[in-house]
Amino acid sequence: MALIPFFAMVRKDLLIFFSDRRSVIVSFVAPIAIASFFGAVFSGTGGDSQPTRIAVAIVDVDRSVISRGIVSGAQADEDLAVTTPDEVQARASVRVGEIPVAVVIPPGFGDAAGLAFLAGAEQPSLDLLFDPSKRMELAMVRGVLTQHVMQAVSREMFGGAEGQRLVEQALPQVQASTTMPEEERQRLTTLLTAVGQFNLQRNDSPAGEPPQGLTMPYVVREQAITSGENAEYNGYAHSFAGMAIQFLLFAMASLGVEMLLERQRGLWRRLRSAPVSKATLLSAKVASGALISLLILFVSFAFAMVVFGVRVNGSVGGFVLIAIGCALMASTFGLLVAALGNSPATARGITTLAVLMMVMLGGAWVPTFVFPAWLQEATRVVPVRWAVDGFDAMTWRGLGLNAALMPTLVLCGFAMLFAAIAFSRFRWEEG
Amino acid sequence: MLDIRHVRKSFGALVAVNDVSFTIAGGQLLGLLGPNGAGKTTTVSLIAGLLSPDSGQVLVAGEPIRGDDDPRKRKIGFVPQDLALYDELSAFANLRFFGALYGLSGKPLDGAIHSALGLVGLTDRATERIKHYSGGMKRRLNLAAGLLHNPDILLLDEPTVGVDPQSRNAIFENLEFLKGQGKALLYTTHYMEEVERLADRVVVMDHGAIVANDTLAGLKALVPDAPGGRTLEAVFLGLTGRSLRD
Repeated sequence: MALIPFFAMVRKDLLIFFSDRRSVIVSFVAPIAIASFFGAVFSGTGGDSQPTRIAVAIVDVDRSVISRGIVSGAQADEDLAVTTPDEVQARASVRVGEIPVAVVIPPGFGDAAGLAFLAGAEQPSLDLLFDPSKRMELAMVRGVLTQHVMQAVSREMFGGAEGQRLVEQALPQVQASTTMPEEERQRLTTLLTAVGQFNLQRNDSPAGEPPQGLTMPYVVREQAITSGENAEYNGYAHSFAGMAIQFLLFAMASLGVEMLLERQRGLWRRLRSAPVSKATLLSAKVASGALISLLILFVSFAFAMVVFGVRVNGSVGGFVLIAIGCALMASTFGLLVAALGNSPATARGITTLAVLMMVMLGGAWVPTFVFPAWLQEATRVVPVRWAVDGFDAMTWRGLGLNAALMPTLVLCGFAMLFAAIAFSRFRWEEG
Repeated sequence: MLDIRHVRKSFGALVAVNDVSFTIAGGQLLGLLGPNGAGKTTTVSLIAGLLSPDSGQVLVAGEPIRGDDDPRKRKIGFVPQDLALYDELSAFANLRFFGALYGLSGKPLDGAIHSALGLVGLTDRATERIKHYSGGMKRRLNLAAGLLHNPDILLLDEPTVGVDPQSRNAIFENLEFLKGQGKALLYTTHYMEEVERLADRVVVMDHGAIVANDTLAGLKALVPDAPGGRTLEAVFLGLTGRSLRD
């Protein structure tokens, strides 16, 4: 391969790329801006930041000891941000999307819940008003609320004055019941009598600890498995990988369209009249594209490192290998655009769609774990998936060089496939 | 210097060039005339190495060109009909790139660039991006890009399309200078007066074949009673007919 023409081609492509202010902005500034946004959205609760609380309105119409216990329990919960408006305000807030869920504790809820708890009486309903676009929050509130209701009801039933009153109210009802089987009625009578005695003893010794009620029979120890004990998950690592790949693919698609324009303008006739092989001409295009791609990746990650504290916690060599594989894949994708595109105008439209599909399915926008299981498997044929997963592995997952080898090989495989198709299909002449 | 021998090139059923032969010696300018679709551009493409002939030979200094990267292609300079330049780059950067394609680098390349820019009168505007150039300036730079590597043979495919009289005159003076330096020039055009001014010999092609190959005087003698008198245009129409070509 003639090196002087090769390097001249590469240099020329770089000069042209950097002479176009718009393409520079689109390639370097846009991924940083969008990745910063996605990073903020998906970064989770790392570092010193406070956990994101779910806003919940609790309307306590009941005003019983139990309902007040539920409200105070919810207010103390670190997963919830509780407000206590009236029902009209709560409904309005849910309707306009200010809060995802409102809980209405109806009148008589405390008594009914206590009786249902002890004596199997009819269960009262707790009304949940929710924003249908936020069902995930609804499920979380439902789970958290279960704990606080159980705790408030059982606490009052085993030691509270209200509980004692309900036991005394429930005992004659059970004894007089004609629908309950005899054996069950006797057992329940024994249970209520024992609870009543337990409550009387507690009330006679007020110096004792306040009743706790039923609590969760376990505690959860949460441990994020990242690159190390003190290494937090950094959502910016993923978003910057995804956005950098998206915009370098756009840049390479533009390079491919530029090749079509060069052919249209007769430049390839002049290039081919020089003593330079086709392989040199196309290889130089791949090289210049790969260099630009690498630059986009490194600038994006450098910004993420300086501003958002993203770190290559895994193998630096692996990170570089994946970056090179990704750059080659993107660059040959640009060549493929030039080889298969009929005209610059049609190629532009089709490649924009192709790039968006690739980055969407490759997990560049949102992590692939939110995809359905079948789609997670299917997207393994998308090169972007391997690039994004590879960068995740080398950054916040902190994996070693071995974890970089497969993504790098797959990306290089895609690059070879794209190059082979492009080299065989590239039309040198217009028409 | 340039010897075309019985060259034939077809694209499917279409025979674009059929048994074309001519020679150009050093210091000679050959005008290649023909209506649209006559096979002129295909002939130039065959000589420039952009296409391979189905049969026949293109000999450059007695040797055929083999393959895309044959060093003998350095003997040929190609000035395409299109303004094959990069608008985003300066004239200097354009020439630097095209010179490097021919293996030039360092001081020899810088020297060649300054000579070429001086020849076409663009030295003062060398660092300006050529998207700001006029059509005539781009045409002159297009010519300069074909001259950088000091080729023995220069192929000019309609090099004056769309330029003002001043730039056209400047290009003519450049070509006469190059002729004087002993270079062989092949010049295709639709402008008869250009051929009358510049050409030592004229080849007229039609339907892929040569219908005449002679000096200007010889051509005029071929069609003595051409309608419209003994102008080259009248002779051309006499040789190729008056039917419209697409």
